[in-house]
Amino acid sequence: MSRRLAARLVFIHLPLLGFMLFLLFPFYWMLITSLKPDAELYNLHLNPLWIQAPTLDHLRHLLFQTHFPRWLWNTMFISIASTVLSLGSSLLAAYAIQRLRFRGSASLGIAIFLSYLVPPTILFIPLAAVIFHLKLWDTPWALILSYPTFLIPFCTWLLMGYFKSIPKELEECAMIDGATRFQVFYRIILPVCLPGVFSAMIFAFTLSWNEFLYALAFTSDTLNKTVPVGVVTELVSGDVYHWGPLMAGALLGSVPVALIYSFFVEHYVAGLTGAMKG
Amino acid sequence: MNRAETAVTFRGSTKSAFLRFFEHREVLGTLFVLPAILLLGIFLAYPFFFGVWLSFTDTIIGGRGRYIGWTNYRSLLQDSLFWLTTRNTFLYTIVAVWLKLAMGLALALILNRLVRFKGLLRAIVLLPWIVPTAFSAIAFWWMYDSTFSPISWVLLKAGWISQRIDFLGDPNLARASVIVANVWRGVPFFAIGLLAGLQTIEPSLIEAAAIDGAGLWQRFWHVTLPLVMPLLVIVTTFSTIWTFSDFQLVYIITRGGPANATHLYGTLAYQRAIQGGQFGEGAAISNFIFPILFMGAVISLLYVKREE
Repeated sequence: MSRRLAARLVFIHLPLLGFMLFLLFPFYWMLITSLKPDAELYNLHLNPLWIQAPTLDHLRHLLFQTHFPRWLWNTMFISIASTVLSLGSSLLAAYAIQRLRFRGSASLGIAIFLSYLVPPTILFIPLAAVIFHLKLWDTPWALILSYPTFLIPFCTWLLMGYFKSIPKELEECAMIDGATRFQVFYRIILPVCLPGVFSAMIFAFTLSWNEFLYALAFTSDTLNKTVPVGVVTELVSGDVYHWGPLMAGALLGSVPVALIYSFFVEHYVAGLTGAMKG
Repeated sequence: MNRAETAVTFRGSTKSAFLRFFEHREVLGTLFVLPAILLLGIFLAYPFFFGVWLSFTDTIIGGRGRYIGWTNYRSLLQDSLFWLTTRNTFLYTIVAVWLKLAMGLALALILNRLVRFKGLLRAIVLLPWIVPTAFSAIAFWWMYDSTFSPISWVLLKAGWISQRIDFLGDPNLARASVIVANVWRGVPFFAIGLLAGLQTIEPSLIEAAAIDGAGLWQRFWHVTLPLVMPLLVIVTTFSTIWTFSDFQLVYIITRGGPANATHLYGTLAYQRAIQGGQFGEGAAISNFIFPILFMGAVISLLYVKREE
């Protein structure tokens, strides 16, 4: 069966190798740049794909000579706050739309799905005006309150899918036993849906952490920036690019998300595919 | 639900009138959706319509504008940079989405055929989509450096080129460069989304086709592809909207340059509205994303209806 093996090599393993190289190279380039001393970084006679003498200088510079720690803290605070806010609202909304079936709930479900499609590029200019009039401009609240515009539609849609799969009898039994609807929601629905809630939560956190356009447009003070915006706008000084610290910032800024991701890959896959299902 | 309803009323004697009021489906339903409706109303629905109004005014940053009719749109249609941006946006979307579709489908088919390391490889594949795009964009920017690019270095060593490539200095090369970065970021979404669809296909269907004498290509074309088609359509629709309205990659890698040659609607709108302070004109530029959004919404709705 060596022909079969050869076919597998040509149609599966070789293309897979190509894909992996393509997908992983930028990460490798990030890592290697952040560990290279400037003397090697800007020496054209050396092999750029390898390091002679790795150094932690760029990392040290990033942590002690820039506002990077502050940006990390801002991003953490904003991401957690907007995730909590959005997840709470989405849980209640998804339950009401899927299970309470009040007047207009079906059209509301569709409206929320459609609002998920609206890209930030359409919203950011009028939203900037709204933020400005509410006197939220250049405060963390500008972002905490804007992120729900994409988090709530996503989480609600995802959770509606989960709620749909719970048998109605479960609720009915509890209500026959005298539980209020709120108790049913809190004691029965939530525990059963915990995996779904968790998927929605880490996905929402990731989306907030990665957000760029709103954070760029709605903040201006160095101390109010998030990691992605801070790294992009503040670490480039004049025409001199500090590639070492820049790549160290990119790497370190990705760590929280990458860490959560490595533990909960399945939840990300569930979130990605679940959001496309009805 | 009726059975439950009666049960509650029956036992209702132990509940206060206050509690019973909140047990009512309409009341509790309204109460539960209220936080979401408020947040989406103020920060999504209102700006959504306000943006349309803004585009018909001469509003500048921090100020109040007057209604000026179609003036913003008329001046955009006479602006050669706007036309170049329109061409760029369509080129970027069409080329990138096709590449992502083809590569994502290929990668999904490969992952589906793997026996070992399936989980690990799937985790690696999704990585570019999870990591903050701003950071991968900086990495691409540095990879495209005119002097220190590792791509130039490899090609020089291989003897395929005689001088370093100035990726971001030439308009067409710069366009190709941002498209590659977009494909890199988007392939995972296609691959993992489609893989989920491939995994739901009954192996017996493919086997039956094989027994009937269908070759590899026929099995793919007549069995696999029709079965994943609905998912393929929805993934492509989502990606088309996102790609058409992209901002980050171009903003970070080229800043719209060289000489404004790589602007998309998103980056041009940002330049005019936030950096230039012309809110009305900026809003008019973003509103050109509407037709694609509308088409995407119709396709998605049909898909959702079909799923139900």
